[in-house]
Amino acid sequence: MSRTDGRIEKRFAALADEDRAGLIAFITAGDPDAATGSDLLAALPAAGVDLIELGMPFSDPMADGPVIQAASLRALKAGMTLKKTLSMVAGFRRQDDTTPVVLMGYFNPILAFGVEAFAKAASTAGVDGLIVVDLPPEEEPELADPARRAGLRLIRLAAPTSLGDRLDCVLDGAEGFLYYISMTGITGDSVPAGANISRAIGDLKEASSLPIAVGFGIKTAADVRALARHADAVVVGSAIVELIAANLDRAGAAKPDLTKKVLDFVRQLAESVRLS
Amino acid sequence: MASLGDNFGDLPDAAGHFGRFGGRYVAETLMPVVLEVERAYEEARQDPAFNEEFDQLLRHYVGRPSPLYFAERLTSHLGGAKIYLKRDELNHTGAHKINHAIGQILLARRMGRRRIIAETGAGQHGVATATVAARFGLPCTIFMGQRDIERQAPNVFRMKLLGAEVKAVTSGSQTLKDAMNEALRDWVRNVEDTFYIIGTVAGPHPYPKMVRDFQSVIGRETKAQLHQAEGRRPDSLVACIGGGSNAIGLFAAFLDDQRVEMFAVEAAGKGLDTEQHAASIAAGRPGVLHGNKTYLLQTEDGQIRAAHSISAGLDYPGIGPEHAWLSETGRVKYVSATDQEALEAFQLCSRLEGIIPALEPAHALAYVIKLAPKKPRNHLMVMNLCGRGDKDIFTAAEALGMDI
Repeated sequence: MSRTDGRIEKRFAALADEDRAGLIAFITAGDPDAATGSDLLAALPAAGVDLIELGMPFSDPMADGPVIQAASLRALKAGMTLKKTLSMVAGFRRQDDTTPVVLMGYFNPILAFGVEAFAKAASTAGVDGLIVVDLPPEEEPELADPARRAGLRLIRLAAPTSLGDRLDCVLDGAEGFLYYISMTGITGDSVPAGANISRAIGDLKEASSLPIAVGFGIKTAADVRALARHADAVVVGSAIVELIAANLDRAGAAKPDLTKKVLDFVRQLAESVRLS
Repeated sequence: MASLGDNFGDLPDAAGHFGRFGGRYVAETLMPVVLEVERAYEEARQDPAFNEEFDQLLRHYVGRPSPLYFAERLTSHLGGAKIYLKRDELNHTGAHKINHAIGQILLARRMGRRRIIAETGAGQHGVATATVAARFGLPCTIFMGQRDIERQAPNVFRMKLLGAEVKAVTSGSQTLKDAMNEALRDWVRNVEDTFYIIGTVAGPHPYPKMVRDFQSVIGRETKAQLHQAEGRRPDSLVACIGGGSNAIGLFAAFLDDQRVEMFAVEAAGKGLDTEQHAASIAAGRPGVLHGNKTYLLQTEDGQIRAAHSISAGLDYPGIGPEHAWLSETGRVKYVSATDQEALEAFQLCSRLEGIIPALEPAHALAYVIKLAPKKPRNHLMVMNLCGRGDKDIFTAAEALGMDI
């Protein structure tokens, strides 16, 4: 796979042709259990999701808030592993060969799997890119070389704190798309009043030709609509995961209409990127 | 007095690596501030005024140098090596943690930060941080696992009395690792005005190096004091190890002298053959957590396992990256002691020396009890008595089946 014709590049090119922003939905693999998680994953493209960010569960997600940490712990408790996460993507690929899937998580499970072996297995399963939260550009080479050989994109994160002197470091070697973290916070936080996201996106666009996705703190269809005017894609995570948590019974099992409720919400978000 | 710059070898390298360990594995949001702390620390350690203020505070506020005490009754009881105790439990606040808390708050002030956060396990680092925050008039929030809050009530009260806000952490195993997750999350949110005072030689570079440098006063004093008492270097050093701040503090000044044997004692909890221990080197594998690559207790799938130790201060599933490297190079031997062995040592020290040690150094003492009898009488052994046991009386009483 060359650097320009992967699923991620094709999808962003198609979005540019349609002249609209894309919707990126985040769910944690295997949350609340493997079967429900797989059903949700399979149904996201038809609900209007353009790119899927699939969380690799980790016991100690230090950049995530309580909502996504709880999702990780539910998935782990239900027996999720990194190997099963890859199998889930392989299953998804048998019915969808165009929607990009980016795995998001922390470095330790990848190290435990073996970096080389993981890159190959992820690529074989049909994964398109990786977001490894605790691997800043300075520590990235250990994963980047095997990942690139396997044709995976390493998605770089940029935060409000990266916009000054650090921007060159963040952009050097970036590929796929840039993930702009809307605030100095963790997943599930609210965007503080006065945060100038459109200006930050403008600065990033000036410095890079990559598509810009913006995430963190985007919770409602209205949020999505507002940001879709500026960014190439909008990420919604905690708000979706929160809806999964809200549709569990007392024993923690999925209620019968969990999938429907989550997908209804996702459809609203998808309409928003298409309306703005 | 030696400056803070005089330390073993050239490690870590410029990117904070000790061999294949260490580094800066943090979210992009934190990278700029981590780099800023590094630049500020590199400037500060070369600044005589910074070093002078640090030395003065250690002398007049902490009460350093701490005594190097010949434990005559313990020595005769064990019938081997001549045992010296480095009395860091006599420091202000009752443990060695105050050494690096002072160094870090001086750096925070130099960087113009207006708010302090810290994580704590046993509460010793939390108390030390709350103390220096009071002393320097900065608001301070301490993150502490709910389980640790329950078993370390006296320290929780101390922190509050000192004006700190103690935030209970109810996620995960509700112990030290979860408190550190929560402190990192707070730092991400408040990166502009907050300084994170990390409580051990772990976390992203420059923390492992910086905390080591601030703690290395323990070993430098020991070297001078033993020379005065015995006219020579020690033959062996023994310290307990959770993250490893007191151990590296004692060892750092001696690492270049290969004649000095060193032993770091991990918490074996209910036994290394159980899943309930905190022995990252004996039973862990290299991985990445809390900003650095090091030995971690983890599952085959790379999930972090909860640690267990009777001592809240050793109850951490990782170890500082320099220790991972010192283990791999063989320079320091990493051994362990169980809860039971530590409890026995805790009582022995109280009865023979009239010193109630913290349960953390009781682990070091448990190994001294095994090692000293095998050594000749002219063997000089120094153990770091890095904390006092007042905070542990409830835990110990419960373990010993006594009502108080």
